[in-house]
Amino acid sequence: MRMPRLTAFLTATAVLVSAFTLAAQAAEEVHVLNWKGYGADEPWAVANFEKATGFKVVNDFFNSEQEMLTKLRTNPGLYDVVMINAAFNDQAMAGKLIQPIDTSKLSNYADIAKDKAGSPMLNHDGKVYGVPWVWGLTALAINEKSFDKPPTSIAEMWDPAHKGRVIIRDDAVEAVQFGAIASGQNINDIKDMEAVKAKLTSLMPQIKTFWSSENDWNQMVASNQIDIGTYWSGSADRAKTHFKLPVSLVIPQEGAVAWLDAFSIPAGSKNVAGAEAFINYMIDPKFYVEWVTKVGAPVSANTKAVEALPEDAFNRKVMGSPEVAKRIQFQAPVTDEQREKYLALWQELKVNVK
Amino acid sequence: MAEQLATGSRRALRPALPLLLPAYLWLTVAIFLPLSAMVFFSFMTDLPLAGKEWAFTLGNYAAFFSQSLYSKLLFASLRLGLEVTLWCVVIGYPAAYVLAKVLKGRSREAIFLLVILPFWSNGLVRIFSWAMVLREGGILDTTLNAVLPSKINIDLMYSYPAVIIGLVHSYVPYMVLTCYLTLQAIDDSLIEAGRSLGASRLQVLKRVIIPLSMPGLIAGAALIFVPVVGSFMEPRILGGRTGTFYGTVIEDQFVAVFNWPLGAALSFILLAVVLVILGLAAPVLRRAG
Repeated sequence: MRMPRLTAFLTATAVLVSAFTLAAQAAEEVHVLNWKGYGADEPWAVANFEKATGFKVVNDFFNSEQEMLTKLRTNPGLYDVVMINAAFNDQAMAGKLIQPIDTSKLSNYADIAKDKAGSPMLNHDGKVYGVPWVWGLTALAINEKSFDKPPTSIAEMWDPAHKGRVIIRDDAVEAVQFGAIASGQNINDIKDMEAVKAKLTSLMPQIKTFWSSENDWNQMVASNQIDIGTYWSGSADRAKTHFKLPVSLVIPQEGAVAWLDAFSIPAGSKNVAGAEAFINYMIDPKFYVEWVTKVGAPVSANTKAVEALPEDAFNRKVMGSPEVAKRIQFQAPVTDEQREKYLALWQELKVNVK
Repeated sequence: MAEQLATGSRRALRPALPLLLPAYLWLTVAIFLPLSAMVFFSFMTDLPLAGKEWAFTLGNYAAFFSQSLYSKLLFASLRLGLEVTLWCVVIGYPAAYVLAKVLKGRSREAIFLLVILPFWSNGLVRIFSWAMVLREGGILDTTLNAVLPSKINIDLMYSYPAVIIGLVHSYVPYMVLTCYLTLQAIDDSLIEAGRSLGASRLQVLKRVIIPLSMPGLIAGAALIFVPVVGSFMEPRILGGRTGTFYGTVIEDQFVAVFNWPLGAALSFILLAVVLVILGLAAPVLRRAG
């Protein structure tokens, strides 16, 4: 007597669960995977997009590129839009995680800077696998309270005056590329790993802690615990504009790491039309200007969007200046072999501080 | 009466099966299957996702032995586990004794509630609260400077002591609860008998109370030591640049570099080491008891 009732109960649960899943698919949702607090999840932007198109946006987040790839691999068919750093686009495409994009469906695609749209990192076999969204720098940011005038050199990080008040991101690739810039090397072709290792080893005693999210960084500044650290240009802008923190970005004379963020459509997306509409909205000048003014953002890949900013805007004046363009180095894809080598070095450095 | 009960329970086993079934089904689905999948992963070169090539290998286990990094970290984590357990005994055992033998009625309930309270709050919230207390210019620093005449600088955040403090706070209730149960079971007349036969308070503690409550101490120590050795959240948030432990490296393998096979292999090595330690410690502790 008990068993049939249990079976009936289990069947009922199964039916209910599948009913919910069906309902979820029916509601024309666009599932977006991105960093948290990075444009796509702004409530006003989501509301505008939903009103204009009738699609419903469901946001999900990742804390590292590897986590993003893991989520794509382990949830095939769940996401419709994913934001991928161009340097990881290769890996996502090779793993058959993303599909080619029909750019004729995106009315704003024509305004994207030619060098960004034509990037070999996003185009494979004549097909477009990523729509450039924004680009920015991994440079230095300072706590304005600790400096009379902003430093110009990366060497400031090693200044004994800042001992215990320096912060860098807990990321092997970023740390090694930062070490490459500090030792005067090409970030995409590091010849002298020993020099990088020596630079980073001498930096370790300076460090207060490692950051992994914007929130970590901003809290450290808000409680006045750090002077200087590596930071992303868009995040520094957001910290200043949106959170009113005494943060300003420094592009050191030695250079900085530049990255390009792009939107892709995961293989197996159930709502490609919704994904195209969302990507087109994300590269729209109107959205970009509102994002910069209200929240703070990196530099748009859409030339019309950047032109829509005021003349003296940081993202137009400084980031767009040819003098800065000469100093920065765009990140190229990193092979698995390199990544493992970098991680081994980074772990060794972290263990040796103990 | 006892015989009747025994045969009765044997006869009752068959109808009781449906009652046991959900628990065993759950254990099979939720623990046994994922764990065996992880054992399988730990012998693979790569995950068989998105049509990637893979083969069986012992390389993930070999990595542990070929790089001094991992054994160094494992040693640091074991030391962390021992220290946290020790502090939990030092803080938890006297508290359990007072709860079991000194306090009665309302006051016992009130103190008990305070001991269990940390269990009711989310672990992440607890750790972030410690971050607010321990940092320079935080609650501890400000309070001490307001009270003390001379200026002192307290900045415990992002250090080894901060990790210890956070972990001890999270795990001390286990020690209090397990010790409380065994201490409460000690008949007061045994203590009175010892006292009336001329034993000092210290002798009663050493010869009667501690031996009789040893099962609780051992259970508490095992409950604390095992998760602390593999802990990763507390070291990562409170430890700062000194917060790299065996657990955080395993977490990195799963979350940061997507090397599940290596992460799984490292986890099982940890499991083996912990089992060996518990196995070696068991007879020694039992003899002490």
